Order: sequence, then C-alpha cells, then structure tokens
Amino acid sequence: MEYKLTFKEYNEALKQNKLLGLKCQDCGAITVPPKMVCRKCTSPDMEIVELTGKGKIKTFTTVNVAPEGREGEVPYIIVLVELDEGPWLMGNFIGTDPGNANMELISKRVKMGHKVFTGDKYSAGEAASPLFSFEI
Amino acid sequence: MRKVAVVGVGETKFSGPQEKTEVELFAEAAMDALNESNLKPKDMQALFMGNCLGDFSEGQGMVQAFAAENIGCAGIPATRYEGACASASMALRDAFLWIASGFYDIALAGGTERAATMGTPLATRTFSMFSDSHYEYPSGITFPAVFAMLAHLYSATYALPLPKLKEQMAMVSVQSYRRGMFNPKAHLRKEVDIDTVLKSFMVCSPIQLHDCCPFSDGGSAIVLTSEEVAKKLTDKPVYIIGVGQASAGPLSSQQDYLPRIRAREISAKQAYDMAGLTPQDIDLCELHDCFSIASLIAAESLGFFEFGKSGEAWMKGETDIGGKIAINPSGGLKSKGHPIGATGAGQVYEVVKQLRGEIEPERQVEDAKIGMTDTLGGDGGTLVNLILQRGW
Repeated sequence: MEYKLTFKEYNEALKQNKLLGLKCQDCGAITVPPKMVCRKCTSPDMEIVELTGKGKIKTFTTVNVAPEGREGEVPYIIVLVELDEGPWLMGNFIGTDPGNANMELISKRVKMGHKVFTGDKYSAGEAASPLFSFEI
Repeated sequence: MRKVAVVGVGETKFSGPQEKTEVELFAEAAMDALNESNLKPKDMQALFMGNCLGDFSEGQGMVQAFAAENIGCAGIPATRYEGACASASMALRDAFLWIASGFYDIALAGGTERAATMGTPLATRTFSMFSDSHYEYPSGITFPAVFAMLAHLYSATYALPLPKLKEQMAMVSVQSYRRGMFNPKAHLRKEVDIDTVLKSFMVCSPIQLHDCCPFSDGGSAIVLTSEEVAKKLTDKPVYIIGVGQASAGPLSSQQDYLPRIRAREISAKQAYDMAGLTPQDIDLCELHDCFSIASLIAAESLGFFEFGKSGEAWMKGETDIGGKIAINPSGGLKSKGHPIGATGAGQVYEVVKQLRGEIEPERQVEDAKIGMTDTLGGDGGTLVNLILQRGW
C-alpha cells in the first residue's frame, strides 16, 4: 500500500508556501501533518488537498535555550495553530518580538508562510516548517 | 497471571556530569539490588533495561548486553527499552508481565543514563528527538518548549490567569526541593522559595529555570520475582498489583485532549482497573514532574484533583506528606534528578523504600501501603503507570 502524501512531497510544497493535507474519502476529515490513515476514522482512503494555511493560535512559547547547532535562532516563537479546516499544526510565528509574546496571542488569526531548517547530522536532510504571521 | 514481587532495589546517587560509565552506574545499582534480594547474578533469567541516549552520550549502543555480561549475567536475554523518559518504567512493566505470565521466575529490570554528561546543548538536541523529527523539530521544538506550550494552554483552557498559575507552578518546585533536601540520593539539594523560582532564568516562556528538572546521570535496578520465589527470600515483598502503558503521536495529534495527556489517562485506568483500586486508595505517588506544569497536569489526569484545580491543592499543602496524597516525597525529577533511562526505576525504588518504612524520617510517608508511579516520555508519546502494594 503506497503512502499517499510523503514528507518529501509535503516539504517541497511547503517550501512554495503551499500547505498540503489529506481529505478522507470516507468521513471527510482533513489530516495534516500527513499520515498513512485518516486521523479521525483511520481509513487509508484519502486524497491530497491544498489547505488555506489560515487558522488561529491555540498556544505558544518563546524559546530562549537552543538545541545544539541552532544557537543563532534564539529567541524564537513556536505556536500550535488550529487551522480553519480543523487540524492543529505546529510552526513558528513572526510579527511579534519574541520577548513580548504573551497570552494575547491566543486566539489571534494567522496566515502561513514557511522557513527552512537546513538540517544537522541527525536530521536526514533539511525540512521546512510553517511560519505563521497575523492574518490582517 | 501470577503475582509479581519486588524483592530488591538499588540506585546510585543521581548527579550532574560525572565520570562513571552507563554500565558502571547500572552495575553498582544492580549489585545493591541483588544483595538486598539475597540473589546472585546467576539467578537472573532476563534483563529489562531502560536507556535512551547512550548512543549519543557515550557512543554506546546495545548497552543492555554489555551490562548483563558485566555483572555476571552473560547469556541471559537482555532487552533495551526506549520510551524517552518512560524507558525504565516500560522495562519494569514488561518484566512484570513476563513473570506474571509464568515465562520467567526471576528478572532484573532498571535503567541507566548520562544525560548530564552530554552537556546542555547536546542534551537539548537529543531530548528533542522525542518529538516528531519531521513535523515538529524543524520548528525548533525542545522538551521544555513542549511543556511551555502546555502551560499557556492550561492557563487559557481553565481560565486561570497566568501569574496565578506560575505561582502554583513555583510551589510545586518549592515542595519538591524541600523533600529532596532529605534525600541523600538527590541531585539538587537546596531550598528555594516561590520568589526565587519566579526570578530565575526564562527557559521557554512561561517556564523558568526552577520550573525545570535537571539533566542527570544515574542508574537504578529492581529485582522482580514470582510470589512463590519472593516468599522464600523476604518477609517484605512489595507486589506490583497494577500496570498500564499507552502511546500517542505528536502534540498536534492530541488536539482533542490537550492540555490533558490522553496516553496517561488510558495508562492510569489500566493500572487502576488491574489493581481494583481508585485514586483515593493511593498513599503516595512518584509522578512525572519533568517541569512543574507537568505535575499539575499529571495529578489531575491520575484522578487526584479536579482538572484546573491541582495547583490550589499544592498551595494548600494537600500534595505534601501528611496531606491528601503525598506527591513526589523523593523530591521528584525536580530535586532527585532525571537520568531519563533510569528514572522510572528510581520512582519504584522510592515507592518500595517508602512502603518498607526505610525512608529518612523527614520525608517518610507514615504507614504507606499503596504507592503509584507515573512516567511520561516525549510529547506524552509514552506513558507508563505502576501500582505497588505492601505484601505484609
């Protein structure tokens, strides 16, 4: 059985600011990040769809202690966003000074771009991540 | 299934960077456990060992085979368990199941880790491996960042203003440190007050330095036997009467439950159901306080307090020795330390010593009969719960 939407394909699209997901042909739910089966009903019968990348912030943090090799990035903000299509997605956030990020961010509407983690010796290559900013 | 008893426990001091190897740390703990149990290396039929990051901290893979041979158990089946910080608890649960099923009569379980020796940058990188490497790490997720996001989400979900939550979080650390002061095995023995916690370095907002457990080195070992064997060895067998384990995917996959950790609720229910007990029956619980917020979340999912309310219990002393339930009388991961591959066995070490009444008087839970352990790995990706009861 073939894996419908691999990380490779998802990553290539994300680098074009396109957010790909999977629409379940049985229950209609949207699954992202991609999986083998629908996150709701576990059916493998899913089609690739493009999502809007829009949603609202559910939670956040400002990271001040970097993992080895990423010291140049701190401080940065990580968010969990509830996409308009339903699933939550992790990404980074710009548009607020990381030192000023506070609870007001929660429920704010966002839109999506991307940034690229160039990889390290443990990562099996590079990977893009969603980069959210205020929608308006 | 047969009854399974703990007949011997051993543990090194948990500490910052030190120079004993993973095998050496485990060997010291294992020999202490064997001596307590009046058994010899040749009596062990299998080794169940937790070790997460030996490949990175020492360039040592397959540590369980080397540990077995080192302590005189060459030839026995030796298995390594990796469930992030829940590794040793996974190992213990499996050892329990293999003995309960009748396949083994005597086994050695535990773990070892040199998380501190790795140093903070590499430890932070390798601990991030317990998150999703493709869909979370690219965003720069770190272990404290996971729980930092849960803290903000907890504040929003339960409409608990962040300053109030942070005060409750600080109290968790204050209590843990106070208990750890009287634990000679503890890594961090110091007293702090709420103010010190709230003024400490901001690691990942809103989590500050004193909200975080340390990276630690250490080893811990537990000898388990069938009831029949236990009765020949000791008057004080401690029986494992309930076990649970569950798994979960990345944080985003848990969206329907966060800030609750669904895997814990599944695992704890298994343990309670197997033991035929409820949260009210538990006298003490060594739970997974990797960060102070994690304690609040754990205590609620384990059924000790209402959701959104456990912080109030900490403020009122209900979680302290002499309160409603003694939480982390060892000092917890916060003060006792967190050598991740060994931590779950360290929790069992504490519970067993408490049930036997062998704890320093300043932190002995009086007349403890039933204890519980709670160990979480990664983004709540692995959860194990064990319930233990005095067998006399």
